[in-house]
Amino acid sequence: MADTISNASFGESRAAALLYNPAVRGFLYQLVTAILVVGFVWWVTDNTITNLRNAGIASGFSFLDSRAGFDIAQTPIAYNNDMTYGRALVIGIVNTIIVSVAGIITATIIGFIVGVGRLSSNWLMAKLSQVYVEIFRNIPPLLVIFFFYTGVLSLLPSARDSLSLPLDIYLNNRGLAFPTPIFGPGSWFMGAALVVAIAAIMSLAVWAKRRQMATGQQFPVIRTGIAILILLPLIAYFVSGMPVTFDIPVKGRFNLQGGAVIGPEFMSLYLALSLYTAAFMAEIIRGGILGVAKGQTEAASALGLHPRKVTRLVVVPQAMRIIIPPMTSEYLSLTKNSSLAVAIGYADIVAVGKTVLNQTGQAVEVVTIWMIIYLTLSILTSIFMNWFNAKMALVER
Amino acid sequence: MKKTILSAAIGAVVLGLGAQGASATTLEDVKSKGTLTCGVSTGLQGFSAPDNEGNWSGLDVDYCRAISAAIFGDPDKVNFVALTATDRFPALQSGEVDVLSRNTTWTLSRDTSLGLDFRTVNYYDGQGFMVPKDLGVSSAKELSGAAVCVQSGTTTELNLADYFSSNGMDYNPVVYEQLEDVNNAFNQGRCDVYTTDQSGLYAIRLTLTDPDNYVILPEIISKEPLGPAWRQGDDQWGDIVSWVHYAMLNAEEFGITSENVDEMAETSDNPGIKRLLGTETDSKLGADLGLDENWAYNVIKLVGNYGEVFDKDVGAGSPLKIERGLNALWTNGGLQYGPRSAKSDWLLNNVYWRMAEFRHAPSKTRTLQGNNFR
Amino acid sequence: MAKELAYVRKEMQAQKPAPKKEGTAIQWVRANLFATPKDTILSIIGIIFLVWAIPPIIDWLFIDAAWTGTDRATCATVAQGGMRPDGWSGACWAFIGNKMDQIIFGRYPDAELWRPILVGAVFTLLLIPMLMPSAPHKGWNAFLLFLALPFISFFILYGGVFGLPVVNTSDWGGLMVTLILSYFAIAVSLPFGIVLALGRRSKLPVVRTLSITFIEVVRGVPLITILFMASVMLPLFLPEGMTINKFLRAIVGVSLFISAYMAETIRGGLQAMPKGQFEGAASLGLGYWQTMRLIILPQAIKLVIPAIVNQFISIFKDTSLVSIVGMFDLLGIIKFNFTDLDMGLARHSDHRPDFRRHRLLGLLLRHVALFQLHGAPPGYRT
Repeated sequence: MADTISNASFGESRAAALLYNPAVRGFLYQLVTAILVVGFVWWVTDNTITNLRNAGIASGFSFLDSRAGFDIAQTPIAYNNDMTYGRALVIGIVNTIIVSVAGIITATIIGFIVGVGRLSSNWLMAKLSQVYVEIFRNIPPLLVIFFFYTGVLSLLPSARDSLSLPLDIYLNNRGLAFPTPIFGPGSWFMGAALVVAIAAIMSLAVWAKRRQMATGQQFPVIRTGIAILILLPLIAYFVSGMPVTFDIPVKGRFNLQGGAVIGPEFMSLYLALSLYTAAFMAEIIRGGILGVAKGQTEAASALGLHPRKVTRLVVVPQAMRIIIPPMTSEYLSLTKNSSLAVAIGYADIVAVGKTVLNQTGQAVEVVTIWMIIYLTLSILTSIFMNWFNAKMALVER
Repeated sequence: MKKTILSAAIGAVVLGLGAQGASATTLEDVKSKGTLTCGVSTGLQGFSAPDNEGNWSGLDVDYCRAISAAIFGDPDKVNFVALTATDRFPALQSGEVDVLSRNTTWTLSRDTSLGLDFRTVNYYDGQGFMVPKDLGVSSAKELSGAAVCVQSGTTTELNLADYFSSNGMDYNPVVYEQLEDVNNAFNQGRCDVYTTDQSGLYAIRLTLTDPDNYVILPEIISKEPLGPAWRQGDDQWGDIVSWVHYAMLNAEEFGITSENVDEMAETSDNPGIKRLLGTETDSKLGADLGLDENWAYNVIKLVGNYGEVFDKDVGAGSPLKIERGLNALWTNGGLQYGPRSAKSDWLLNNVYWRMAEFRHAPSKTRTLQGNNFR
Repeated sequence: MAKELAYVRKEMQAQKPAPKKEGTAIQWVRANLFATPKDTILSIIGIIFLVWAIPPIIDWLFIDAAWTGTDRATCATVAQGGMRPDGWSGACWAFIGNKMDQIIFGRYPDAELWRPILVGAVFTLLLIPMLMPSAPHKGWNAFLLFLALPFISFFILYGGVFGLPVVNTSDWGGLMVTLILSYFAIAVSLPFGIVLALGRRSKLPVVRTLSITFIEVVRGVPLITILFMASVMLPLFLPEGMTINKFLRAIVGVSLFISAYMAETIRGGLQAMPKGQFEGAASLGLGYWQTMRLIILPQAIKLVIPAIVNQFISIFKDTSLVSIVGMFDLLGIIKFNFTDLDMGLARHSDHRPDFRRHRLLGLLLRHVALFQLHGAPPGYRT
């Protein structure tokens, strides 16, 4: 820094004074950092461009419009090998989101059960929960995924000896096959009934709340709501002449044909992610519950609340405030861990991107796409959880 | 980000690991390092796989050893780098490996848009299918509706899609990134069919729980010429890599084996043999390649001719027991045809290849070097 | 006091019997396992689960396991050309035994094995006093362990100096690679994490923005994309002719990743420092770096040592991912060995604890857990 200043035309003391001026110093530090970073980025970019040109590798995102030519194992939305690389990547994104969302929901449920289990007065349950937590927290997630995948493949029977479950559902090492509904003409009637049912439940809830406020009487909203949700569409189904048929899986030459199949890749990734993350969540939830002051529970009991209501109305809402922030980061890490799908052949964004990368050689573009997608998913999850956190936060005057 | 620079700089400079200065040609580079770095697969029986002690063996591995023998007169100065299907091209492009000998299919797009060069084919392969016997399948045309295991990011994956759609059949792809995972999944019955290069199928069948229970279907659905690849633009290196292969082919054609090569070198009057083994008095063929005159002798003596290597690694002398088929010499009805290093072929050998390279070469090398047209 | 208070008790409650003698096993069981009907049900489910799960695992792990043997027959059934009876299922420890060298050292040459062993011994010798709070010279100890040893050990392992033959990193493998990767990542990420954390708390906008960008981008993406980036993109970033080999690329990738997390951990410590500490340092006339080095960091890092140790543990778990980019760490080398003909995949691919074979409770799995419906789909009945 001294060099930069001393050749300026200031006098010694003025120069020294300037040098020791925090604002000037700060500016110089930042200038140097900025120059270094810009220089580094420029150097890297220059090298990359030179290398790509020398190697004759194409660049740019135009490959997204070329024909992909490969097939994908799990296609939640329509895809065939005549579609583009861009479409293939979209399939990857959708698969990532599916497994992440499913994993987050299940992990939360299991985590809650295990976390409460660790606090159980039943010694055996507490110990089993503890063993569960310690095992899963200390094994690399990749190993958990491999373990489940090998387990699913080797414990389940082959396609020829499928286990037959109720409702025409079959389980074998090719996955879980189940019937899919085919909506015939007139099905719109059922859809309409569903919409009506939801509207009815919502107004019921509003009415029940108002009544409770006014009279103190409660109304079993949840039970009634479920009944409405099931009954209305069911009545519509019969009234409209049973328009829905089912595509039932039947034996083909190699596999079960028809219906839909959840592959073992999805099952094991989903199970592994859920169980692995649940171990961390159990600890968070346990911490959250323990974090609610004992006086709160005691005060609630003293008010004569039923133990179940103590939990639901007093403990859980307060525990949630402690739980949500660390839970958010667990959700994010589950989403990121879903990238390990590439190890067992589940077509998430990393696996599909990897295939695209291999077929086109365009590493920079594919890695950029990965990063943008994961950052977007992270930011979206954070925004949602922050909104939820704000909603749950203690309302203070 | 400043830290990024630091980490890269400290990592590269202080550890000095693998960081090497730019060198004019791959050959000079290899000679100065004293070892040849060769990219091989992460484990495919018969082509490149390590034994219990971790020593590599196989056709691709022997090819690397042959190049090492040609350059150093010692087949063991090779540093094998195991590469996945994804790693292999970046590793070659960046200079991490000098030559890629990893059952890699020669395709137009790889030859042009990836900055690689192919010229020779050391194994003519084609994509096939393997199924369990008890499925009772005898032709690939019966495979509609099957679950097919395939490695992602390969030409195999594309051929498979094309084959099924052009035959109006459908299938459930079961796709893995690493070969070991595909093998494991097929072994456990995750899929009905395994598809890859036929040579690979033979190799993989051996590692399955019950090899006798699987059959390889007769159909071959693609051309898979497997050969070594090197960085585009280094023609001298390309010459060496290609001519090591041709020397091994010519040796087989002449009947020179690692056993009788000494005897042949001393007693043979055949000018072709003498030229190949560098015993001709005014031979400059080795020098033209940038190697010793006895480079081909070293290759044959220390590694063997093509037939010997084929037999030992994938053929009758190996557990794979693959027939020569397309890989027989052209004299036996196969496709393996080595250009001669004979003087009578001077025009063919030099002018033809040089002209081909001339068109390819970057402008700075487009000067007519006397050496090339001696 | 004429008014009757309904909630005031008028009669004493009957005396409860004296508690039974505490501390007997039966009492403990009753209190901890069968206190309420719900507890009883839970306990019974738990016991059934244990009885179902433990014996087959023990059978598989020890009783039916193949302990010795050198070839294919050891762990294959007769039908597969081996020596075991049909339906055999057990752990194939012989495979592990035969491959022990590779699992620990990869393909490191036998003659040079003393080098990794020496490094391991020195590492342990330095680590033990580090973990003992009473041991003296912590500063020197940390310097040797985190700064000196990584470099020295690298030269010992790689060779090329002191007349040691070069052992290429492509021959390193197994547990050794897992440990070295983690160790290097720790040694690199700790200082970088500190610098990044200070950068993030800096008052200089450029420095702060850069630090935040780096930290948040790295924390927002999975490690595997960073590793892929290091393995396929890093070579493109370097000038022509300069290469960084795969091993170093993995170290760079893992270190960058961990540094961002380390930075956040250390920032936690920095934020916990009371303002008075900064003010006190300022009033003593200390500059920024002096304040940080002498006052803030020693206290802040001490605060977050448990979190840093957690971070270290997670590094060991994270390094297993390098097997996906084709490196032979512990996980990678084991998978790699499956392709070996003498003692590979064929031997142990389908060996797992066979719950279905377990006499009593195997039936339970089949008939109860699988909804009591064990049949074949239509058309499969033969």
